[in-house]
Amino acid sequence: MLLIEEALEKRILVIDGAMGTMIQRYKLEEEDFRGERFKDWHQDVKGNNDLLSLTRPDIIEAIHLQYLEAGADIVETNTFSSTSIAQADYDMSQLAYELNVAAAKCARSAVNKFLQTPEGKAKGHVYVAGAIGPLNKTLSLSPDVNNPGYRAVSFDEVATAYEEQIRGLADGGVDLLLIETIFDTLNAKAAIYAIKNFYQKDGRKQLPIMISGTITDASGRTLSGQTLEAFYISVSHANPLSVGLNCALGAAEMRPYIQELSQIAGCFTSAYPNAGLPNAMGEYDETPDETAHFLENWAENGFVNIVGGCCGTTPDHIRHIAAAVSKLKPRPRPVVATTL
Amino acid sequence: MLKPYLQLSGLEPLSIRPETNFVNIGERTNVTGSKKFARLIRSGNFEEALSVARDQVENGAQVIDINMDDALLDSLSAMTTFLNLVQAEPEIARIPIMIDSSKFEIIEAGLRCVQGKCIVNSISMKEGVEKFKKEAQICRNFGAAVVVMAFDEKGQADTMERKVEISSKAYQILTEEIGFPPQDIIFDLNIFAIATGLEEHNNYAVDFIEATRILKQRFPLAKISGGVSNLSFSFRGNETVREAMHSVFLYYAVKAGMDMGIVNAGQLVVYDQIEPKLRDLAEQVILNHNNEDNGATEALITFAETVKAKGKVIKKDDSWRKGSVQDRLSHALVNGITDYIDQDTEEARLQYARPLEVIEGPLMVGMDIVGDLFGSGKMFYHR
Repeated sequence: MLLIEEALEKRILVIDGAMGTMIQRYKLEEEDFRGERFKDWHQDVKGNNDLLSLTRPDIIEAIHLQYLEAGADIVETNTFSSTSIAQADYDMSQLAYELNVAAAKCARSAVNKFLQTPEGKAKGHVYVAGAIGPLNKTLSLSPDVNNPGYRAVSFDEVATAYEEQIRGLADGGVDLLLIETIFDTLNAKAAIYAIKNFYQKDGRKQLPIMISGTITDASGRTLSGQTLEAFYISVSHANPLSVGLNCALGAAEMRPYIQELSQIAGCFTSAYPNAGLPNAMGEYDETPDETAHFLENWAENGFVNIVGGCCGTTPDHIRHIAAAVSKLKPRPRPVVATTL
Repeated sequence: MLKPYLQLSGLEPLSIRPETNFVNIGERTNVTGSKKFARLIRSGNFEEALSVARDQVENGAQVIDINMDDALLDSLSAMTTFLNLVQAEPEIARIPIMIDSSKFEIIEAGLRCVQGKCIVNSISMKEGVEKFKKEAQICRNFGAAVVVMAFDEKGQADTMERKVEISSKAYQILTEEIGFPPQDIIFDLNIFAIATGLEEHNNYAVDFIEATRILKQRFPLAKISGGVSNLSFSFRGNETVREAMHSVFLYYAVKAGMDMGIVNAGQLVVYDQIEPKLRDLAEQVILNHNNEDNGATEALITFAETVKAKGKVIKKDDSWRKGSVQDRLSHALVNGITDYIDQDTEEARLQYARPLEVIEGPLMVGMDIVGDLFGSGKMFYHR
């Protein structure tokens, strides 16, 4: 398999679109989520999308395959909430490791099938990124307005939960680790810490790390208050393959930040915005050609190495994006001087 | 082309470039160095303790050093509580934090609280190379830059040769075995008290400055730091002499390549504004000139007595108020005096055709003076 570093030197790679949006199309009910194994579970589990990697792997695999056929070079595992901390909402913390292994296998299986198709054979190589989400508990912010020093979770709890997720993703056979939708940099630092700890003990070769932060609004800051450059500096010790932005903003709003990032990042850059901003119903209605048009402009300006979609994007969006950037040159990775 | 600057962050970035000159690290949020801060932390008055941090930032600190090493404290919990509270104060949290402790578990506790890229102060080979490597790896896993104290199993380095030898060995281990970027390594070359009366202490400042020069040539990306207040420890209680010694010392150390120092931000006098007699005496002591049989030391002590006898009369010298409005604005800018800023700028505005001319005229003149002092190493911080 071609190393992803080499592929990124040659062309712009496309990462897939939304998983949740696609799952919604199947209009699944409580019993679909439960399957046979959890039919007597003591709590409702509808909405626990990550559980489908175990109970409806056919659906998860089919979604991955649709994205691969649409032109994605990187597919993300269905593991955004597959940590013991996030799964506690469903009292399913003990399933965390298993969810990650199962999700990695769904993606791997889709990749294997795709590589047997004529398009897959022509392409030759695609990658599975293990998705590491931000958690529903945050390390830099107090949930109690009367006690700003309070924290709902500790760094060690977060790092331990992430390490279990990483072990599952690695055992399930992912090619990359993607820490994404980072709204609190300290959570991301706990994930980086967990990756380093895991591989320093484990002895396997560390997988490349992709990092993707979230700028929440026109303030240009993360939810935990950092500017984009402060965020980049805070995670640079991961020696990431790429740093980028996803979620919260549509491409129109994200443009100045991806432009800035392209100037300061010493690694590759990635961007996968939402399909515009949500409408009054909470739905995303930017069309595939509109999204693709924005990303094409970024590529023409040399801002990006990896592009794709987040909330509200579909295989159609990815198809348009892949077509729009296929002939464009990737952003050259900047040279870092050895002297001041 | 990106440059290999030391980059730190709080909510906002701090890149230390060659033209940065000197980075002020605020020392007042340290229970071992500030009685006031220690009292506030011991009594659990974290609200008031935060205002000490805020004052440091307002006085020009670009990084704040936080130290909770006190036998009467649960230092680990004090570090955690204080840092968590700092994160909720954007005007403090915007600058990077130096987590300072002699106990590594307290440093780790601090690193667990801060989203930005911190400086760890410090690790050393005091208890052997293995412990040093282990701690360095943990710091790296958290993404922190590290201060390496010139200290090994034989003791703290006092001569120029030992400072260079220990620091070079640490540099090699950090870059080759742990994978530290060279710019994330900061050497603390130990600023010891001089003019103590003991002749063997007389060359300490020279040893520091010369070791700085050699290490900066050998490892141009690494940084040099030190706790400046130690230098004048024998003049405790005599702030005029201490401040003069600090500024003279920094004037030479920064020229030799010192990048940053832990200082009482806001109390560094401008080199050119030190009384010339005091400046000369301080210079002799720091550079260890004419100091056979403690000659220079005794001259400074004698002079210090006269300063002390006068007491530290905080008498505002208002003679500058008699100058033209242009001169007053420049003076206020250089000295960081904000008391008259509204009335003076208003007066200036009435003299010029357009408000912009006030900025282009007298305010720019003041900024040029600040820029010249800063550029020539005679002023140590921007206000």
